[in-house]
Amino acid sequence: MENEQTKLVIAGREFHSRLFLGTGKFRSNQEMSAAIEASGSEMVTVAMKRVELDDANDDLLSHVVRPGLQLLPNTSGVRDADEAVFAAEMAREAFGTEWLKLEIHPDPRYLLPDSTETLKATERLAQKGFVVLPYCQADPTLCKHLEEAGAAAVMPLGAPIGTNRGLQTRDFLRIIIEQAMVPVIVDAGIGAPSHAAEAMEMGASACLVNTAIAVAGQPARMAAAFARAIEAGRAAYEAGLAAQVHSFEAQASSPLTAFLN
Amino acid sequence: MFSDELKAWSWEDTTREIAAMTAADVERALSRTHCDVRDFMALISPAAEPYLEQMAQCSRRYTEERFGRTVSMFIPLYLTNACTNSCVYCGFHVANKMARTILTPAEMVQEYEAIKRLGPFENLLLVTGEHPAKAGTAYLAQALDLAKPYFANLKIEVMPLSTEDYKLLTHHGMNGVICFQETYHRENYKLYHPRGMKSNFEWRVDGFDRMGQAGVHSIGMGVLIGLEKEWRTDLTMLARHLRYLQRHYWRTRYSVNFPRMCPAENGGFQPNCIITDRELAQLTFAMRIFDHDVDISYSTRERPDFRDHMATLGVTTMSAASRTEPGGYSTHVNALEQFEVSDPRSADEVVQALRRMGVEAVWKDWDSSFDHLKQLHLSKQAK
Repeated sequence: MENEQTKLVIAGREFHSRLFLGTGKFRSNQEMSAAIEASGSEMVTVAMKRVELDDANDDLLSHVVRPGLQLLPNTSGVRDADEAVFAAEMAREAFGTEWLKLEIHPDPRYLLPDSTETLKATERLAQKGFVVLPYCQADPTLCKHLEEAGAAAVMPLGAPIGTNRGLQTRDFLRIIIEQAMVPVIVDAGIGAPSHAAEAMEMGASACLVNTAIAVAGQPARMAAAFARAIEAGRAAYEAGLAAQVHSFEAQASSPLTAFLN
Repeated sequence: MFSDELKAWSWEDTTREIAAMTAADVERALSRTHCDVRDFMALISPAAEPYLEQMAQCSRRYTEERFGRTVSMFIPLYLTNACTNSCVYCGFHVANKMARTILTPAEMVQEYEAIKRLGPFENLLLVTGEHPAKAGTAYLAQALDLAKPYFANLKIEVMPLSTEDYKLLTHHGMNGVICFQETYHRENYKLYHPRGMKSNFEWRVDGFDRMGQAGVHSIGMGVLIGLEKEWRTDLTMLARHLRYLQRHYWRTRYSVNFPRMCPAENGGFQPNCIITDRELAQLTFAMRIFDHDVDISYSTRERPDFRDHMATLGVTTMSAASRTEPGGYSTHVNALEQFEVSDPRSADEVVQALRRMGVEAVWKDWDSSFDHLKQLHLSKQAK
């Protein structure tokens, strides 16, 4: 149907919502739960370091888990590929899922992803059967390498994590989207629904949002706002954006095509 | 493989979509810095004809941004006109009663030396018909080995090969492969290529995947404009193929060619469409606006004045002083040519004409020289 948006498929699983949520930084688990509900999201990340892996009744998890929701454990906190592989195996055990958001940032200040370690870990984890979604720099060449290493999607950053600065990397995101054979999920830096809409208008497959929702005045309302922005951005991308600037004004004197007359 | 991907694209729907393009679609495409295939369809559609001047300006701007005011020069050498195929439009058709020439190694060397006397050519394109028994991979390997001392950059335009054969030839100094799909219309393809190896559409269209898998550095594509009445549809399929290849084989450089047929060439085949200079110019601009980096190549099929102007507006690679008969530079000057050359100027005349247009002819491709060094390095290591 013309008005029905194309579905997002990652590793064979279909997603109706293109908004993914992070579960950190909320004031309470109740607020977080309400935000997930309002967002319509079908995939949320859970930081392994925040969950009591031995406790089946962990408070955070009990507020997250619900039917139809894909849990995406993330390895935030690990500093290299070895630690990431170890953490991934623990996550598979604890959460009963092979889906994994691979996050390796040895740098504690800006939490910037380590490209070389991320690539190494992606290769190893894909071989072990994980559905690997690596958080990475907005580096088009790296994204092609990650894809070849077996990543199920790539998650390039829009700006340093938590900064809410929007798509500072837009020129590189555009190239990544153009070249990608796996879904591109813009992660980190998305601070407002308009940022998410911009990413979607560019052709991103999905956005992952955390801080902007978690620390909003009313997280659940903000989650709903993001959901609408992402839907609108996707629809605009699929519909084909109209002309914005008339950069093609003809110069009257000595036309270049006179020789064709 | 692209043959699977191609099944998702309906020829008829694509044709209808191109025909339905409006001025608004064209203006939108022109306003975008990065176009998708739909924009390309708008730009090659009849709706874009009134925008030719604006398209030329966009095309020139992008070309100068990426390539400067330069054109890379190459020269083809036909090694043989022996061919087992029966392409209905081609003079080398298997049923044509004609003298078949297959250059011997000694003749190859004579031809290489004759080419070097024509100009400082470093980019050589070796061309054959399809005759695996008499001019197969081993023959090509020999031709490449013998050419290497004379030329920095070697490309081939031959029948589609296996991945292993492409790999093998890269070890003999081949840096690029050109192959024309002729048409992406699956059913009609069989009408134009009724017998012989070439009648297998999938083998040909998937040849580009095999080149990519073999790590060929440069891949050249093209459709033969004149086969399909709906030539714009064919070129849209080519644009989709280009995007597909760029995503899958992202380390490879791509070039496109727009060979257009003239009425009754050697095969006596009447083209199903003839496109004008204006239409070819529009197509060339559209390709540049669609892809800022792709090499656009014009052969000596095109007339001098047209080539000289287009070299300032989007074309980045050109042949000169070409002979399209095997051994045409020295050893068999009267053999049957594959197509009639419309630009008979010498290399120097072309260079002077380009200079007057403000364009510098470039002979050497630095990437390929580097490839050459890498090959030397690898062979030393192997020893």
